[in-house]
Amino acid sequence: MKVSRRDLLAGAAGAVVLGTTAAGQPADPTKVRGKPSRALGQRAATEKPQRQPRGVTSSGTPHQDLYGTITPSDLHFERHHGGVPEIDPKTYSLLIHGMVERPTVFTLADLKRFPGVSRVHFLECSGNFGGRGTATELTPQQIAGLTSTSEWTGVALATLFREVGASAKAKWFLAEGQDAAVLTRSVPVSKAYDDALIAYGQNGEAIRPEQGYPARLFLPGWEGNASVKWLRRIELSDRPFMTREETSKYTDPMADGTARIFSFLMDARSLITYPAYPVTISRGWVEINGIAWTGSGKIRRVDVSTDGGVTWMPAKLQEPVLSKAHTRFRHLWNWTGGDAVIMSRAVDDTGYVQPTKEKLIASRGISSVGYHTNPITGWHVRADGTVIYHADPWTTT
Amino acid sequence: MRKRLLSRRWTTRPLAVLRGTLRRRTAQRYLALRSLRPLRSVEGPLAAACVIGAIVVACDRATARLVAQATTPPAKKAAATPAPAKTPATFGIGRPATPAEIAALDIDIGPEGAGLPPGRGTAADGAPIYAARCAGCHGKTGREGPNDVLVGRLPGDAFPFARDPRAPKTIGSYWPYATTVFDYIRRAMPPDAPGSLKDEEVYGLVAYLLAMNELIPQDAVVDAASLPKVQMPARAHFVPDTRGQPKPTAPRRPQN
Repeated sequence: MKVSRRDLLAGAAGAVVLGTTAAGQPADPTKVRGKPSRALGQRAATEKPQRQPRGVTSSGTPHQDLYGTITPSDLHFERHHGGVPEIDPKTYSLLIHGMVERPTVFTLADLKRFPGVSRVHFLECSGNFGGRGTATELTPQQIAGLTSTSEWTGVALATLFREVGASAKAKWFLAEGQDAAVLTRSVPVSKAYDDALIAYGQNGEAIRPEQGYPARLFLPGWEGNASVKWLRRIELSDRPFMTREETSKYTDPMADGTARIFSFLMDARSLITYPAYPVTISRGWVEINGIAWTGSGKIRRVDVSTDGGVTWMPAKLQEPVLSKAHTRFRHLWNWTGGDAVIMSRAVDDTGYVQPTKEKLIASRGISSVGYHTNPITGWHVRADGTVIYHADPWTTT
Repeated sequence: MRKRLLSRRWTTRPLAVLRGTLRRRTAQRYLALRSLRPLRSVEGPLAAACVIGAIVVACDRATARLVAQATTPPAKKAAATPAPAKTPATFGIGRPATPAEIAALDIDIGPEGAGLPPGRGTAADGAPIYAARCAGCHGKTGREGPNDVLVGRLPGDAFPFARDPRAPKTIGSYWPYATTVFDYIRRAMPPDAPGSLKDEEVYGLVAYLLAMNELIPQDAVVDAASLPKVQMPARAHFVPDTRGQPKPTAPRRPQN
């Protein structure tokens, strides 16, 4: 029987000293007094979900480790172009100027005085697809880790635009960050009057530094890059500003020789997160489940195939299905053994159907590899129960 | 209104004070009453005088009603639910921005050149700055990387980016506006000292990069007047995104 120092300390008051499990917990927790209350909670010591950094400018959410639809804030994906700035909330301010009657400076405290709004929304980097090659040992995190869902709290941008007297002639606004990239994007003013927020809250607390502390622009359903973080300035204008991000980056070359500019919308997509690499499953009932989302509104349906896309069955959607938010889908499958390819296909309430890789290539071209890549994605369940990514390489041959 | 407040004060306020249960609503009423105090201090004694000297003809009807209500318990009547405040046109939050603080932050350059500062530069001015501050990441001539390839045109200014993964998206082959080069370098480059370049240095670098891309002659002067006029070959290829915007003639919106 192994006796750890922790047990000796924890059980100091009593005479009972018990063994521990291999992971270090008491073999019988009812015989050892538990830990005292503490100021800040922590995950169970055995739970170690991690973001997975790609270089120094992004890290993805471990979808394979999560349940439900809300992403824990410390696992929300990050993507930045000049590092994560450190900003003093006491000196932070947001300037709104340009085509407005009253150019105004708002402190963080000012922003919080306005009527608040809390809404659950996904945020996705439009470069969120990591499954183009032949590699099969890829997790959901590696395939699509750059999408996450949080409850965002802030002030409606429309409220601020009324406060400063935005001109009816203003059609675009520039959003500028306070990071080392001083990142800028042009956004149609109509989005402000639709559902844009200046967010300072995330899942009930202050926004995390990686998500734009102390305040960011949040454009529900639109590519993450346009939701400028660490927001310091908004300038209203009658035309877009043609910044580097919205011209040389975040544009989509098309098969017809054009390139889409201001392609904000994130189209419908789904991803099975269980079973997926690297789990191994046993024969019998398996609940295939995953997340689906669309920037157009609500997910109407998710179809699941267990035969590589030959036949499809509608999955159950976990209620409530929220607009522009991750939606959990579930599908019961009795796996009797043998090779199988499982896939999911999202349909949103505009009738848009998540495309196959082939449809995307027909529209965008084989090398339009940068952004808005949302193909139907599958997992290969092998006869021994191991699960790998169903690689579907984008090749020019 | 004044009558109601007066009667409440005499019947409910002392009780609330005794109980020490000055809850928020009571507190609000109390504050409202305080604002009426000067008025009451005149009318209170006046009313008392009317009661004592009942024969005084100057005691008008209104005051008599007031006294009656004040000295008899009011009928139990549920207070009307207050209507929620209407959202005001503005909240009066925030402070006016001064022209100086706007100027300090308003660094963006528009595609027609709005915001370009005084100053000028040529490729010869920019070449040594490029070598010292940029070449480490973008290559000796802007073609070598390892970071973004900045220099190079495609034969016939082709736009093969959807089908040819090797075609580099350079300033000459892909960027639609020359003004963006100035805006981006000044705000974000170089990454080890972002925002450290002077306007003249930025003009020189822009001239160098445009000249290397054969978009301007080697000896051309780049300034606020000339930069917006530079013709960018890729410009005509950019089209607005139409996804999610159904046309009246199309039953379903464009896909993918």
